[in-house]
Amino acid sequence: MLKILSFKKGGIHPHGRKSLSETVPILELPKPDTVIIPMSQHLGAPAIACVSKGDVVITGQKIGSGESFISADIHSSVSGIVKNIQSVVLANGIETNAVIIETDHSPENQIDFSSSDSELIEKYTQSELLTIIKDSGIVGMGGAAFPAHVKFNIPKGKKAKYLVINGVECEPYLTADHRLMLEHTHEILEGISIIAKIINAEQVIIGIEANKMNAAHKIEDLIDEKNLPFLVQPLKVRYPQGDEKQLLKAIIGKEVPSGGLPIEIGAVVSNVGTAFAVFEAVTKNRPLIERVVTVTGDAVKNPGNFRTVVGTPIKVLIEAAGGFKENPAKMVVGGPMMGFAFFDLEASVTKGTSGILALTKNNLDYASETACISCGKCVMVCPMGLQPTRLYKFIDSSKFSDAMALNLMDCKECGCCSFSCPAKIPLVHGFKYGKKMARKK
Amino acid sequence: MSEENITIKNQLIIETSPQIKSTQTTAKIMWTVVIALLPAGIWGVIVFGLKSLIVLLVTIAASVLTEYILNLICKRKTLFDGSAVLTGLLIGFNMPPSVPLFIPIIASVFAIAVVKWSFGGLGGNWMNPALAGRVFVFFSWTSGMNSWKTPSALSTMPDALSSATPLGLFKTGMMDYTGGPVSTSDFLQNTGYTVSAAAENISVFFQKTLGIVLEPLNIDLFLGNSSGCIGEVSALLLLLGAVLLLYKKIITWHIPVAYLGSFALLTWVFGGIPYEFGYFSGDVWFNMFSGGLILGAFYMATDMVTSPITSKGMIYFGIGVGFLTFLLRFFGSLPEGVSLAIILMNIFVPLIDRYIKPKVFGKVIKKGADK
Repeated sequence: MLKILSFKKGGIHPHGRKSLSETVPILELPKPDTVIIPMSQHLGAPAIACVSKGDVVITGQKIGSGESFISADIHSSVSGIVKNIQSVVLANGIETNAVIIETDHSPENQIDFSSSDSELIEKYTQSELLTIIKDSGIVGMGGAAFPAHVKFNIPKGKKAKYLVINGVECEPYLTADHRLMLEHTHEILEGISIIAKIINAEQVIIGIEANKMNAAHKIEDLIDEKNLPFLVQPLKVRYPQGDEKQLLKAIIGKEVPSGGLPIEIGAVVSNVGTAFAVFEAVTKNRPLIERVVTVTGDAVKNPGNFRTVVGTPIKVLIEAAGGFKENPAKMVVGGPMMGFAFFDLEASVTKGTSGILALTKNNLDYASETACISCGKCVMVCPMGLQPTRLYKFIDSSKFSDAMALNLMDCKECGCCSFSCPAKIPLVHGFKYGKKMARKK
Repeated sequence: MSEENITIKNQLIIETSPQIKSTQTTAKIMWTVVIALLPAGIWGVIVFGLKSLIVLLVTIAASVLTEYILNLICKRKTLFDGSAVLTGLLIGFNMPPSVPLFIPIIASVFAIAVVKWSFGGLGGNWMNPALAGRVFVFFSWTSGMNSWKTPSALSTMPDALSSATPLGLFKTGMMDYTGGPVSTSDFLQNTGYTVSAAAENISVFFQKTLGIVLEPLNIDLFLGNSSGCIGEVSALLLLLGAVLLLYKKIITWHIPVAYLGSFALLTWVFGGIPYEFGYFSGDVWFNMFSGGLILGAFYMATDMVTSPITSKGMIYFGIGVGFLTFLLRFFGSLPEGVSLAIILMNIFVPLIDRYIKPKVFGKVIKKGADK
C-alpha cells in the first residue's frame, strides 16, 4: 500500500459517525408502489418528459430526454402506468417536473438485468461506449450529478493523463460508497476499465480515505489478481479530501486552475458509484435507475445502506431503516457538510442522493449566532485559501463586487468555515446568497 | 401522509449547509482563556497578598457591571460570553499589587465602555481593551501605577518595603552607570537587590547535576519571585496556561513565536547598545522573563479581535510587536514596553489584513500583471 497522502491547506476533522452504518451490508429494497421521477436530477438543463399521462412504461424505458449539451436522459425505474406529470419540489429545494408512475409489479414487464457480459467492453469502440453512457443517463454519483458523457468526452486539444477514481467519501455519516467498494469490487474495477478506455487514461489511481482500509485492501487484492494497471492511493481522513480539487492536489500534486475543470491539468475524476453505474450500463445494458443510499443518523432505528430505485419516496427508505426511534430535529439529503435540509418525506430519491440523515436535537446542540471576533479560524480551515470572514462582511453590506474581488466565486461551499466558526455565523449561507446576487449584476 | 409525519414535518429545522457544526463557541474560548490565566492569578494573590485578590475582583466586577449597563443601553445580551470577565481579569493582571482601587475601576470602565462598546462591542474594537485601559490609567496616574510590592517569597526583605520591578531598577540604575559591561544580575545585586534562597539552591542544583549555569535572578523571574504586576510575575504558570490554549487551538504559535523570537534576537544583538556594552551583549533571559512579556505574548498580543486573521499576517504582527517592545524597553523612557507595543501594532491590523492574503487555490499569479 502506498504512503498516505493528503491536501495540505485547510480542512477540518468532523466526527465521522460512519460506524452507525458502515458494517451494514447493502439491502436491496422492493420496488415501491409509486415512484416520483424528477426530470432534473443532474447538473444542467432538465430533461424533457417524453411520455404522457396514461402511458404504459416498462423498467428502463426512457421517459425523459436530455436535449441540451449538459443534460441527461431519465429512465423509468419501474414498470407501470404514468399517473401524472406534475411539478414537484425536490429535497434539495429545486422545483421541477416529475413523472409519477404507479408500479404494476407484474413479472412479465420486467427486464432481466442480472446477466452481465464483460466481453462487451472489448467489443465496443470508445464512441460506442460513450453513447451507451449517454443513453443510460449516467451522471456523477458523488453528489454533484454532472452528466458523465459530457465529462468523459475529452475536449479537442486536451489529454486525460490521469483517471482519478474517487472512493474518498469524506462526508461524515455516509457509507454507501464504502459498502459498494466492499460488495461490488469486481464491478467497480470493470467500470473503471471502461472509463479508462473511453478517455485514454495513461494512469489510473483510486483514492480511498484511510478510514476505509478494508475496502482499499480488497480493491488492491483484486487489482493484483486481475493484473490491472491501477494504483490504490490511501488518503488522510480529512474533510474535504473527496472534493475533486483537493483530491487531485493530494494525489497528483497539481492545482486545478481557478474556475477551470480537472481536464486542464490532464485529469478526470470519477466516483466509484459512477464506475459501478458504467459497468451496469455497458455489460448489462441497464440504464441508471438505481443507486445505493445510506439511511442513517441518531434518529433512525436501524441505520443501513439500501439499494433502491430512483423515484422512491424518502419515507419508504425511512421505513426500511426501521422508522424513527425519536423525532428528528433535522432531515438532510446528502452528507451533513454539503447536503440539504428538507421537510417533505414524500420527496423522492434521485440519481444524486447519496444519503438520508435524520439528525436529533443532540446532534444540533450549538449556540446561537454572536459577533465575529476575527479569530481567523475560517481563514485557517478554508481549503481554497479564501478569507471567509472578510467575504461575509462584504456580502452582509451588499458589496458584491468587493466580495468578487476577494475570489468569492472560488468558494465551493464545502462548509469548513461555517462548521468551525465559534460565533456560529452562517458563512456558507452568505456565500450562496452573494454568488446569486453577484451573478444577477 | 400520516399524522405523525405531519408533526415531524412541522418541527424540522431548515437551514443552509453545513448541517452540523463544531461545538466551539465564543463563550467557550473566553472562559478557556480565563481558566488558563487562573494559575498565574492565584500565584499573584499568594505572593502579593489579599490586596491583590481585591484588585482582581474589583476589575472583574467593574468590567462586568459596565458590560451589563452597556447591554441595557445597546439592547444586547453579551454578559455571559465571558469577554467582560476576561477583560477585567487581564486588567487586574496588569495592575501593581498596591494600586489605589479607583485606578483599576477607571481602567475597567474605560476598557469596556470606550475601547470596546463605542466601537460596537466584542468584535468591533480595534484595540485590545484591557491594554488600552491599562495604558490610559498608566499615563494618567503614574505614581499610583508604580505601587509595587515585594513578593512574600523574597523573605530577606521586610514585607512593608515597596521595591521597584527588576526592569525598573535596572533602567534607573543604568542612568548614572558609567562602568564597562556588567551582567544584569551582578548590577542589580550591587544595588541591593536580593534573589531568593530557593533560586540560589536551584541554581546550585542545576550546576552540580547537569552542569548548566542558570542565573538565580532569572530563576526567580521565571518562577515568579519578583515584584511586578499581579498576574505577570510567574512566567512558568503563564506558560502552563499557554500550553492549554495551544492544545485547545485557541491560540496558534505564530504570534508568540514571532513576537518572542524577534524580541529575543533584537535584545541579544542590540540590547547592550544603550549602555555602551557593544553588540551581542544583551541579556536575553532577563528580558524574556521580566515585565509583562510572557503575559503579553501569549494572552494579549494573541487577542483574536485585535490580531490579524491570516497566519502570515500574525507573523508580521508578532515581529512588529517584538520590534516595538525592544525599542520601547531599551530606548524609551519607561522600563516597560509590552502594552504600548501591542496596542500600537493593533492599529496596523486592518492594514495587515488588507494586504496579507492567503494564496488562493488554483490562482495563477502572473508576474507583474497583478498590480
